[in-house]
Amino acid sequence: MDMNQYLDMFIEESKEHLQAINENLLALEQNPQSLDIVNVIFRSAHTLKGMAATMGFEQMAHLTHDMENGLDLMRNGKLAVTQEVMDVLFSCVDVLETQLHQIIETGTDAGVNVEALVAQLKAIASGKPVAAAVPSASVAPAAAAGEAESNDNLDLNEYESTILQQSKEKGFTGYKIVVRLEEKCVMRAARAYMVFDAYERVGEIIKSEPRVEDLEEEKFENEFMLVLVTQEDIEKVRKTGLNVSEVASVEVTEIDVHQAPAQPAAPTPAVAAHVEPIVQAVSQAAATASVAEAPKAAAHDARKPQLGKSVRVDIERLDVLINLFSELVIDRTRLEQIARELGNQSLYETVEHMSRISTDLQNIVMTIRMVPVETVFNRFPRMVRDLARDLNKKVNFVIRGQETELDRTVIDEIGDPLVHLLRNSLDHGLENPEARRQNGKDETGLVELVAFHSGNHVFIEITDDGNGINRAGVLKKAIEKGIVDPFAAENMTDQQVYDLLFHSGFSTAEKISDVSGRGVGLDVVKTKIESLGGRVLVQSQPGKGTKFSIQLPLTLSIIQAMLVQISDEKYAIPLSSIIETAIINKADVKRVHKQAVIDFRGRVVPLLSLEEIFSIPRPEPQGLEEENVVIVRKGDKMAALVVDAFIGQQEVVLKSLGKYLTGGVFAISGATILGDGQVALIMDCNALIQ
Amino acid sequence: MLEHKDIVEEIKVIVFRLVDEEYGVEVNQVRSIEHMQKITRVPRTPDFVKGVINLRGIVTPVIDLKSRFDLGEENYTDTTRIIIVAVDDMEVGLIVDAANDVIDIPVNKIEQPPAVVGGINKAYLRGVAKLSDRLLIMLNLDKVLSNEEIQAMSSMER
Repeated sequence: MDMNQYLDMFIEESKEHLQAINENLLALEQNPQSLDIVNVIFRSAHTLKGMAATMGFEQMAHLTHDMENGLDLMRNGKLAVTQEVMDVLFSCVDVLETQLHQIIETGTDAGVNVEALVAQLKAIASGKPVAAAVPSASVAPAAAAGEAESNDNLDLNEYESTILQQSKEKGFTGYKIVVRLEEKCVMRAARAYMVFDAYERVGEIIKSEPRVEDLEEEKFENEFMLVLVTQEDIEKVRKTGLNVSEVASVEVTEIDVHQAPAQPAAPTPAVAAHVEPIVQAVSQAAATASVAEAPKAAAHDARKPQLGKSVRVDIERLDVLINLFSELVIDRTRLEQIARELGNQSLYETVEHMSRISTDLQNIVMTIRMVPVETVFNRFPRMVRDLARDLNKKVNFVIRGQETELDRTVIDEIGDPLVHLLRNSLDHGLENPEARRQNGKDETGLVELVAFHSGNHVFIEITDDGNGINRAGVLKKAIEKGIVDPFAAENMTDQQVYDLLFHSGFSTAEKISDVSGRGVGLDVVKTKIESLGGRVLVQSQPGKGTKFSIQLPLTLSIIQAMLVQISDEKYAIPLSSIIETAIINKADVKRVHKQAVIDFRGRVVPLLSLEEIFSIPRPEPQGLEEENVVIVRKGDKMAALVVDAFIGQQEVVLKSLGKYLTGGVFAISGATILGDGQVALIMDCNALIQ
Repeated sequence: MLEHKDIVEEIKVIVFRLVDEEYGVEVNQVRSIEHMQKITRVPRTPDFVKGVINLRGIVTPVIDLKSRFDLGEENYTDTTRIIIVAVDDMEVGLIVDAANDVIDIPVNKIEQPPAVVGGINKAYLRGVAKLSDRLLIMLNLDKVLSNEEIQAMSSMER
């Protein structure tokens, strides 16, 4: 069978599962007693094994199989969660990731050697069991039953059988239901959903085979199995299923709780605590079948996975949608202009209404492209953990605001700069444990990664409580490298000194380490962030710590801009770089080293003539006493741009100048189409300010 | 006159005029032919780059072929057209004095160009098609639209 069509899906899902395993391993490291986490990891490893075997990636299946064995021992309390075990599991994930990469590139997983790891896994698995690791009252039957020889093809884990057990005590019955769909059924996923829906009205589904996600994605033939806990009798249960159209047959068998495999004599306290609310929720759901939305929701939360209400969309389709929408925004502006010119009341009102709707639509379209920063952040805990071990430092890594959303294009680009900054914080920021103790600090350093949303921007901050930036060290290095004049160095403000860190070719690490200190890094970070229309700032307190803040625009495709006119030409200046507009008197313009400057709120700001920079033709010279200027900034540098007139502020759709001109035009970042159909160029203020 | 001895492969060509010479580009490289319209100047680009136009919502660069080849002053008239051509996903408008003909020419009528034709360097030419009553200069668009000059311009700025 040709598996290629499934390869993409396999890769996508494997990535998700590996990420899940990674996250859960980290959680398990923090909380070694948690059976729940082991179970989740086990399930992911199990799914991976199945998928890899189906796709014919035997090495991958081989490795996951042994991982699964180890995890099985863990969840049955036969293997303690030790550092050694965790390390082996982490390296398994790494190898699996390498294999996945290889599959993406070459289509085979044959090149990665897994035998060493498999041997390690086997050693762990055959090592003497540590029964005391999990306070489970009886692990023997559970282990005896095992995965492979499960009764009736129904392998319930401890958690599920505990639910069954407790439901039984409360007068509920567990049924194993095998639903068969008709051969000709086209929308199997939808039918499966309807069956689920029907059963959730009469009880609670505690298990399904294949898993809910697989059902949703139609990864089953014509048959699936569920375990339902309900008060209804067997006939009613059968009818409920048959009432859904295109269902061929429903086979219902009552589950004898005492015979259920993997049934511990007494549930562990942790599991019991979890189960209780579900059973209650079930009774309520059954009692008031139609109105019990709230308790059911609670039950849903407790029971993963649930039927999600999301769809996967190809990112290219979204890009097309955005492009089409951009056209609409241009026409909207045009329509508004025409309506104003014509002055027809009803036309005006219609256009007004359309504008409002399209503004709403715009918000929705833009949010569809938004992705939580979590997708970037979630790989950092693992990275920080490994780094800290390499550096022999102790770190408490805290992530906050990972739900903050950013445009996809920004998300794709932001990963590398953040890696640089985090490495920097760990390597240069945090001191080693001894030094921290001597300074009267906690041995474990704190590194925080925080994202939040403010106005039209998203801020990402990386804070460490290390030693701060060493002003003298930075200056010494800068003077050595010839970046700073020794005489000027004395008078530099702390902020100016810190900004030297972003100078290209600057690195303060005495020793070049693996982690950072190759002299490329912070300047690359700065360039990258600025190319995204953002800014990087650094703040530091000697002995207390350092904070890097990154400010990013929410989106790159539709921006707020100020339209200005110079002679006959119109230009758009992004609002994000404008500080304010002003009118200056020609008499106030001074000259410093042949450069015209003005005094703006106590600062000397260079005055740039756009007419000269862009060699804009002007039929007749103006002889005005006053000039309109736009004060723009790049970081904390400013410039005043002379323009003839301000046309106004408006939303513009950022377009490329076309491939032919891309990369070749000075101080122009793109173009936009105005309401009258004319093209206006968008100025890149970063290039104007040197 | 054309000889009908063999069946020869033919290509469809759009014919346009610069000053008083006739030129040809293959029809499959041409997206559309537009009337002259307002062009937004793009500063700090070579002189032959006239700027960008709004081509049904897509910002498209436009170059003046006459000044690209130093064939004399630009004077835009009613017959002036912008031929939109596409090479490797790159769309560019070419300003020409007139464009009003589509003809089929047999491939074997296209000859290697002499060193210089009508003042245009051989490098920009694909060949010369000698037809019974007219001479068509076939352009090598890949070369004409190479944006080396643009890139050179930008490295000078930095």
